Amino acid sequence: MATITTEGVSHVANLARLEFNEEETQDFTEQLSRILDYIGKLNELRTDDVPPTSHIHPLHNITKADAVKTSLPRDAVLANAPEPEEGYFGVPRVIDIE
Amino acid sequence: MSLYQLTAHELHDKLKAREISAVELAESVYGRIEEVEPHVKGYLTLTKEIALEQAGAADAGFQNGNEMPPLAGIPIAIKDVICTKNVRTTCASKILSNFVPPYDATVMTKLHQQGVVVIGKTNMDEFAMGSSTENSAYQITHNPWDLETIPGGSSGGSAAVVSADTAICSLGSDTGGSIRQPAALCGVVGMKPTYGRVSRYGLVAFASSLDQIGPFTKDVTDCALVLNAICGNDEMDSTSVDVPVPDFTQSLINDVRGLKIGVPKEYFTEGLDTEVADCVQTAIAELEKLGASVEEISLPHTDYAIATYYIIAPAEASANLARYDGVRYGYRTEEPADLINMYKKTRSEGFGQEVKRRIMLGTFALSAGYQDAYYKKAQKVRTLIKSDFDNAFKKVDVIATPTSPTPAFKIGERTADPLQMYLCDVMTTPASHAGLPGISIPCGFVENGLPVGLQLLAAPFEEEKILRVAYTFEQNTEHHLQKPEISNVKGK
Repeated sequence: MATITTEGVSHVANLARLEFNEEETQDFTEQLSRILDYIGKLNELRTDDVPPTSHIHPLHNITKADAVKTSLPRDAVLANAPEPEEGYFGVPRVIDIE
Repeated sequence: MSLYQLTAHELHDKLKAREISAVELAESVYGRIEEVEPHVKGYLTLTKEIALEQAGAADAGFQNGNEMPPLAGIPIAIKDVICTKNVRTTCASKILSNFVPPYDATVMTKLHQQGVVVIGKTNMDEFAMGSSTENSAYQITHNPWDLETIPGGSSGGSAAVVSADTAICSLGSDTGGSIRQPAALCGVVGMKPTYGRVSRYGLVAFASSLDQIGPFTKDVTDCALVLNAICGNDEMDSTSVDVPVPDFTQSLINDVRGLKIGVPKEYFTEGLDTEVADCVQTAIAELEKLGASVEEISLPHTDYAIATYYIIAPAEASANLARYDGVRYGYRTEEPADLINMYKKTRSEGFGQEVKRRIMLGTFALSAGYQDAYYKKAQKVRTLIKSDFDNAFKKVDVIATPTSPTPAFKIGERTADPLQMYLCDVMTTPASHAGLPGISIPCGFVENGLPVGLQLLAAPFEEEKILRVAYTFEQNTEHHLQKPEISNVKGK
């Protein structure tokens, strides 16, 4: 298994939509490396013929009746929004209008 | 004896006989809160006004002579990871500091059908990530048995309030041990039902293939009563399983003759505190004396459970926590430069260190080039761990182990080293991978007075066997009757 570098940490942070200063990047690099070292012990096990378990019960295609139900009122949903705007969730401008 | 000290089933008898009122009972619990909560700090939110209304409604039912459910009028505390309609639900995170759910989790709907009295929302590790409740963005919860020690985690608040008699019972959630471990460290009963037994609708998701809601109670009888109230298939959670829910009180049988208890040798190795080992061995010997047959078993992949857990749980968490982006609810950063900058600043300011660490770990394990080496590998080892249990349950009915390798440790002792904290869950994560039901019950005390928990596991949907063994042990011992003396702790 791989170790992780400060560049790796910055790359993963971007994927996860997080940002760190230099000191935090250094700390996370050290901590994640130690944790990944420990996790490396899984390589002691041969698992070529072992099927993966993503879920412990054999559940397949759970469906519901295709029935119309009332959903939450718009006001109730928007009550938690940081910047509601005319019945919508407001966000910073996405498309430049230049 | 004060009302707040009693169990739910004792209180139900008094409510039914109209010896006491639910309002009187709620007042007794809030009185206790005034007395000890400043030391314990188990609650993030108290809901006294609503609680007294709920208590009044329960009293009206009793006064009309109605047949009332077992939990009617019973004061209960709810881990702050479970959505409560119109009551703030923070997950002990800054990012949800102002989140007020517009709906109830299914377990809350079920509890309200019983007529419970909700005392408040309890402290926890942020997003249920931790083993000591020190990762809360708001406060440190103190173990009622020694205020200088941690209550365990992540459901540390829910365990501490039951131990401190500031709630009669509570709900927590368990992903890798977050009910069982704090129950052990606080000297109360805590149970994680089989994965799929209880609906996760309205439980804020951490690791969806592992998360399960369960009760903290003062005894095994109350545990059965809460399970009766919250279990069952729910169309709002497609991973809740459609199997019949038994009346769990029928399993409260004081007899273990004919039952086979397996003791896995891998749980009694280096790293296990010797006093904890002694307590647990004594408890197992007691069960043998009571007529159970005890045999040593092997669960050969036990030692790989933590490594597996710290890939699978963070991987699932990194996906689940992507929703906290400052758009629809929760915290949003001020004056972002653009949309992506808003996401990054919101999340970096809103999440605590441990949550960021796990998002990073999970994102890494799922990132291009690493997914097979980490995530898929872990899923394969999960299969091996599950097979160990499948094989064991061909031979034995119940598995008995320590719940935690050590008693409660000092606040701050393990915060510097994330890996040391992760190893707290070494006894509880294996069963989580296999989705098994598990309970922790009080089984003794170490020399400095801190409680020790006995973990009992069974095959999926065999909670009844666990309850029977736990009940028998409880009926023949007095560990569960011991109470911490919170006001007498030195220097407090």
